[in-house]
Amino acid sequence: MPLTNEQVRRLARLSRLAMTDAAIDTTRTRLDGILALIARMQAVDTSGIAPMSHPQELATRLRTDEVTESDQRTAFQAIAPQAEAGLYLVPKVIE
Amino acid sequence: MSRADWEVVIGLEVHAQLNTEAKIFSGASTAFGASPNVQASAVDVALPGVLPVLNRGAVERAIRLGLALDAHIAPKSVFARKNYFYPDLPKGYQISQFELPVVQGGTINIQVGEGAAAYEKTIHLTRAHLEEDAGKSLHEDFHGMSGIDLNRAGTPLLEIVSEPDMSSSAEAVAYARALHALVRWIDICDGNMQEGSFRCDANVSVRKKGATVLGTRREIKNLNSFRFLQQAIDFEIGWQIETIEDGGAIVQATVLFDPDTGETRMMRSKEDAHDYRYFPDPDLLPLEIDPAWIARVATELPELPAAMKTRFIGDFGLSAYDASTLTASREVADYFQGTVAAAGKAQAKLCANWVMGELAARLNKAELDITNTPVSPAQLGGLVARIADNTLSNAIARKVFDALWNHEGVDADDIIGKQNLKQLTDSGAIEALVDEVLAANPKSVEEFRSGKEKAFNALVGQVMKASRGKASPAQVNDILRRKLADDR
Repeated sequence: MPLTNEQVRRLARLSRLAMTDAAIDTTRTRLDGILALIARMQAVDTSGIAPMSHPQELATRLRTDEVTESDQRTAFQAIAPQAEAGLYLVPKVIE
Repeated sequence: MSRADWEVVIGLEVHAQLNTEAKIFSGASTAFGASPNVQASAVDVALPGVLPVLNRGAVERAIRLGLALDAHIAPKSVFARKNYFYPDLPKGYQISQFELPVVQGGTINIQVGEGAAAYEKTIHLTRAHLEEDAGKSLHEDFHGMSGIDLNRAGTPLLEIVSEPDMSSSAEAVAYARALHALVRWIDICDGNMQEGSFRCDANVSVRKKGATVLGTRREIKNLNSFRFLQQAIDFEIGWQIETIEDGGAIVQATVLFDPDTGETRMMRSKEDAHDYRYFPDPDLLPLEIDPAWIARVATELPELPAAMKTRFIGDFGLSAYDASTLTASREVADYFQGTVAAAGKAQAKLCANWVMGELAARLNKAELDITNTPVSPAQLGGLVARIADNTLSNAIARKVFDALWNHEGVDADDIIGKQNLKQLTDSGAIEALVDEVLAANPKSVEEFRSGKEKAFNALVGQVMKASRGKASPAQVNDILRRKLADDR
């Protein structure tokens, strides 16, 4: 089922993407193409096959529970737009 | 309509912070209270190109909880991205579990109320899943901006979700307390509620008695004390019933509890706030837990509260209520077992009475936790042993307890010796005291003989006083009755 421009606008808002009306049109066309491909794949009978969450048939590696990282605040905050008193500063957020 | 015409349905979501050394997906420390952002690694601040690697310790704690709740531990579970924008979530998504959580199902037994009104109930769990915590936003004024501290970002959490099995705030609190005790018992979470290590969200709805469809629920977020949990739920129940009785309808919403007013209020409801667009995290392969791992963790678990309770009832002859109370926390259970070890198994019931009675009352009055008690389990056990062998009457035993509390001696025997508190059991000596009292109180004797039972108690009191409380009351009773009968 093809997407509507309204659905694309909503996705853009959820993804915090500012898009012009022209961009909404092109994005909708591209997403429709991707969804059509998914629809073709979903037409294949997969009953009895457990879905995979990852293309590789592997299990995740685990790390030992130990502290291996040291303080790199100065380095990280050197590239932050704004920092003060050890904090990253961002436009005011109030819930 | 009255409140009795309504039925309350409550489910709880608890976020338990796991007590690992390092974070769930990075090697940064999880220690509380560090300077802002010094424990935020490249993974935690979400620099481009970094990849998460799962901490084995966090998984192991999830297995411990699954075993303790008698739940299904998924041989394969999947991490998913929960997408939302907030400045203290630098990746733009939280790594969580959605469709395939690590712990599925499970039950926990709770005890609600006290004494004769107490009852037990089994609460069913839906699931418990592993996820990372977000950072903290500080809204003090930094030139009109907010400050972000990412030390907490990536701290491992288990979100433990119950079925809507609770029907009052008391049951919700009993459940939260039981879960709080359990996560500490199996040592997966420090349970520090002030520091946010154990936070509750409560889903509350009401419906008319007999209705089969659930009412619309509202979710109260971030309750960080049992008192607030109770207050918030009670307020919410009252508000929902009133709203419906006034002809209104409940709209599904997320609300916050304000401890200052005791009221719940709606959070500014954001459009799209709950459209998280979960999908499997391509950065993380599925988590596999083999049976051997579960078996090894099982052997390392301590005796669980439910098993210990059964043992206390079977081995010690305690009532179900006493056994529940004494296994409500590992600290109390350890203390009680230490007391029994010192007093002897035959005195377990007496030990239980002292731990739940005198000791609990004194700790409560002094606002002390059982871990800071001035009287050790061995000292209390020694005291109980002296009550059991008739060295001490109950009244004198309380004096000895006071003395132990005030560090006036190393143990009960030491204090009994120093303060000459040994119970007088020599019947000759007691008889002499009785004779003295009878001779000095002819009026009471007369009254007793004319049928006033109260006069007898007065005479017992006089003899006890003459013995400075050291005579055995039972023995005084016997001797006094015999003498009064003899002299007739």
